Amino acid sequence: MVEEALPFYDKNEARKYVRNSRMIDVQTKMARRALELLYLPEDRPCYLLDIGCGSGLSGDYLSYEGHYWVGIDISPAMLDAALDREIEGDLLLGDMGQGLPFKPGSFDGCISISAVQWLCNANKTSDIPAKRLYCFFSSLYSVLVRGSRAVLQLYPENSEQLELITTQATRAGFTGGVVVDYPNSTKAKKFYLCLFSGPSTFVPKGLNGNVEEEEAGESRFTSGRIPYRIARRGVVRKSREWVLEKKERRRRQGKEVRPDTQYTGRKRKPRF
Amino acid sequence: MKLFTYNLLSLRVGVGPHGFPLHLQATKVHINPEDFNPDSVAHMIPKVEWVAFLEVTNTLHLIKLPKGPIHGHERDEKFLRKMHILQETDVLEGILQRPRLSFNWSKLISVIQMHCAFSTS
Repeated sequence: MVEEALPFYDKNEARKYVRNSRMIDVQTKMARRALELLYLPEDRPCYLLDIGCGSGLSGDYLSYEGHYWVGIDISPAMLDAALDREIEGDLLLGDMGQGLPFKPGSFDGCISISAVQWLCNANKTSDIPAKRLYCFFSSLYSVLVRGSRAVLQLYPENSEQLELITTQATRAGFTGGVVVDYPNSTKAKKFYLCLFSGPSTFVPKGLNGNVEEEEAGESRFTSGRIPYRIARRGVVRKSREWVLEKKERRRRQGKEVRPDTQYTGRKRKPRF
Repeated sequence: MKLFTYNLLSLRVGVGPHGFPLHLQATKVHINPEDFNPDSVAHMIPKVEWVAFLEVTNTLHLIKLPKGPIHGHERDEKFLRKMHILQETDVLEGILQRPRLSFNWSKLISVIQMHCAFSTS
C-alpha cells in the first residue's frame, strides 16, 4: 500500500512551524488583521472560534486582545505543540469538514488563519471537497450568534478553488465577500474571506501600499441566495449575455477585466 | 477546557434531543483568576445550558448558584460575579457520560473519540 502524504501537519512539520520566527510574525500579523476585520464590539471580551488553530499562534493574539477562544484542528502534533506552549484557549482535535460540535449561537465571531483551503484536499476518494466545504460552512453558520462574522484568511490555489469555497459559503447562508490586501504584491497579497451571518452588510476595503490611489482589489457576493446553477441556466454559450456574465464573474473574483463596451461579444469574422 | 466551553459542546449523535446534555463528573478543576467584566459575563448568560451547568457546579461543591437566569441579569452585579465562574473554572479531568457509556475528560478533547464513545452501537 502506498503511503499517502498526510493532509495536515505531522510532528516534523509542527516542529518547524513553531520555531520559525518569520512564520510566527506573519501568522500574528494575519491574526491581527482578521480580528480587525471582525469588527467586534470594542468594550468587552468576546467568545471566539479559531478554525485550524494549529499551535495556537493566532489564538495567542486573541488572548492578548482579551478574548476567550476555542480552537479546533485536525493535527494532533500541532495541538500538542499548542499544549506545550500553554495557550489560554480551549482545544479540540477534530475535522472541521465534519461539522463543529457546538450548540447554535455559541460564538460571537470566528477567525481562521491559513486553514480553510485544506478542506479542498480530499483525504479519501469518497470525500468530495464541495460536500466537506458545505458541511463546514453550514455548521459554522449555525454555531455563530446571528448577526456575527467569520473572517477566514486562506491561500486559494487558483480562482476555481476560491469560487468553490465562496459558493459553498453562500449556499450555507452567509453573505459577504473576499477582501484582498496588497493585490499587486506577490509576497504580501493576502485573501480574507469575510462572512456575515445576518442580513447583508458592508464589505471592508482591502489594503494597498501604493502611493497612487489604486482601486483596492476586492470582490463581493450578491446578497441574494440564488444558487449558481439556476442563475446560469438558459444562458446560451458564447452569446453576448454569456460573455458579459463571465466577465462579471471574473470581476467578482478580483481579476482584471476589460470594461464592457458596445463591442463586447460582437460577432467576429469567421477566421477569428 | 473551560466550564463554559464544556457547557456549549453538542454532539450530533443520539445523546439527547439536541445532542446535549452530557453529564460531566469533574474530578479535577483549576480556578484561574480572571478579570471580571460584567458585560462579557452578561453576554454569556443567554447561552448557558442551566441544567448541565448546575449539575457540574453541584458535584464540585462550588458556590451556591441560582436555578436559572434572573430577569434583568445584565444589571445584577452580584449574580454576574457568581456566573463569572464560567470563565474562571478550567475542568482538567473528569468523566463525560450518559447511561452505560462514558468518555474520559482530559486537556485535549478529540471530537471523533467523543462521537465513538457515545454513538449507539
